[in-house]
Amino acid sequence: MTDRITGFIVVVLALAYFAGATTLSQPFFADPLGPKAFPMGIAAVAVVCGLVMLMKPDEEPAWPGLTTLLHIGYAVVALVLYAYGLKPLGFLVSTALVGTAVSYLISPNLRVSVLTGLGMSGGLFLLFKFVFGLSLFAFPRWLIG
Amino acid sequence: MDLFANLALGFDVALTPFTLALAVAGCIIGTMVGSLPGLGPSNGVAILIPLTFSFGLDATQALVLMTSVYYGAMYGGRISSILLNIPGDEPAMMTCLDGYPMAKKGRAGDALVLSGVASFVGALLATIGLMLLSPLLARVAYLFGPAEYFALYMLAFATLGGIGSNNQAKAALAVCIGLAIATIGVDATTGMTRFTGDNMHLFDGIDFLVAIVGLFAVSEVLVFIESHGKDSAIGVKLEKITIPWADIFFTKWTMLKATAIGFIAGLLPGAGASLGSFLAYMQEKSSVRDNSEFGKGDPRGIAAPEAGNNAAAGGALVPMLTLGVPGSGTTAVLLALLMTLNITPGPTLFNDRPEVVWGLIASLLIANVVLLILNVPMVKMFSKVLQVPPAILLPGVTLVSFVGIFSLTGSYFDLLLMIGFGVLGYLLRKMDIPSVPVILGILLGGHMEVNLRRAMVLSDGDWTYLFQSNISIGLWVFAILGFIAPFFLRGKLKVPTQSS
Repeated sequence: MTDRITGFIVVVLALAYFAGATTLSQPFFADPLGPKAFPMGIAAVAVVCGLVMLMKPDEEPAWPGLTTLLHIGYAVVALVLYAYGLKPLGFLVSTALVGTAVSYLISPNLRVSVLTGLGMSGGLFLLFKFVFGLSLFAFPRWLIG
Repeated sequence: MDLFANLALGFDVALTPFTLALAVAGCIIGTMVGSLPGLGPSNGVAILIPLTFSFGLDATQALVLMTSVYYGAMYGGRISSILLNIPGDEPAMMTCLDGYPMAKKGRAGDALVLSGVASFVGALLATIGLMLLSPLLARVAYLFGPAEYFALYMLAFATLGGIGSNNQAKAALAVCIGLAIATIGVDATTGMTRFTGDNMHLFDGIDFLVAIVGLFAVSEVLVFIESHGKDSAIGVKLEKITIPWADIFFTKWTMLKATAIGFIAGLLPGAGASLGSFLAYMQEKSSVRDNSEFGKGDPRGIAAPEAGNNAAAGGALVPMLTLGVPGSGTTAVLLALLMTLNITPGPTLFNDRPEVVWGLIASLLIANVVLLILNVPMVKMFSKVLQVPPAILLPGVTLVSFVGIFSLTGSYFDLLLMIGFGVLGYLLRKMDIPSVPVILGILLGGHMEVNLRRAMVLSDGDWTYLFQSNISIGLWVFAILGFIAPFFLRGKLKVPTQSS
């Protein structure tokens, strides 16, 4: 079923991409192919691939259970929050939090996770700041003024 | 004589204390990365690339560091194959077949030393092959025009797809995804924007390093969360390391044959080290008189794949440097490094930047000696690395990726994009859609389109121009063969199993 659904999505996306390519305007100067043709070619091949997946699906992949999918979802959310939190929270706090979260999601042992998070945060800060010379803010800026 | 003058130039570059230190550091990091299950050469190099920029290395130094990591990871992959029966990276899969049974018989140390020596033979001879063959191939590459380059890219994508997946449609789809991503941004020829949805962040296109780190590193973390990082304990005893001279002597022809096979497999654009170790093992198994011990710990079954995969690693550098077409996932990542450093691989590289090419070759020769020392007398140290639990290791991978990309691009949008690529990489892996063609598509898509359009300008829109020269006809023929061959060979490309 996965392959059939993916194949269908691929066909739809490829057609949308093709349609997007047709709206590109053809320049006047000597470029016989223009900016449209290459994307249109890609879209055509992708449609064929999508149709093959739809018609001849492989065996169903081993999808994890709902709980595990949720865990993967949590990890993605944690990473997105990290991307936004890196600056306002400072490197040390945000890194310790996300390090702990990822570690806990891989192996639910709170003590190990917290130690991993703290260790990573401190260790990587020293490494990045002093060996690589990156300008990282250890603490939130409002705290250090 | 040219060769020696060039080598002298290379050693002049490579033997400065700082460059030498980088090579040694690269070898150590590489062996560690390679020996950790789940972290292969491509992930290792991908995660480290952004950091080389923040470290302020120049082109030669960055390249020396990264290729040392690459070679190191190829050596290191065998360690967990032998001790855990889990390949440290994909090409080391074949080494499990005889390496683990030999270790279970109480000869783990012998297996590690023998495979280390085989790696050395394969990698060293392949580096010499690289040294001799690259300048010749570079001269041929001068004959390439836009039509030939377009055909060459087709060949790379066709063979990559053929070998990378069990399903040609999925491999071709992966190429399309990569090429489509490459079309996002400002069109180089006309200056108009394409597929950006008026999002300013996308005008420059998608940075391929963001895509690479997302697809290789972030997706790995998600895979580990799924498997809950089952702790892997070393199940075999590692006694005192001695050198099994008898086995080494016994397998000397095996190593040489495997090196030749691996090197050629590496040369094929898109084929890479996994094919090298596979073919080397299969050839050895089918050619010896008594192969009843294969799969039960035959020393030849350890020497062949290790010499083969390390030779392929060297061979894969040849098309990458001379033609700008990588032969494997990791060389694709190295190509990304070169492109970010504003170095265009190809025939002109050998004339314009000899210090880069020959400095690299000299460093590889040095790296091999360093790696032999690290991987034979000091191999016990690396076997300890295997005991780091994933719950500690993988958060580190994530955080290093984040800081690396952030320091490189300084953009939150790119971090989100990287996470997006991580999710995409996870889904692709579940569905058996290979991610290396996606990377290669993103990397080469721009060049491929520019060459196609140039060819059309030259011929004033005549499509037959693409098939006019003998070189392009040859490349097209190989491309078609490379794409359809797996349909017929699939049955034969089955990996044999260990016999208990």
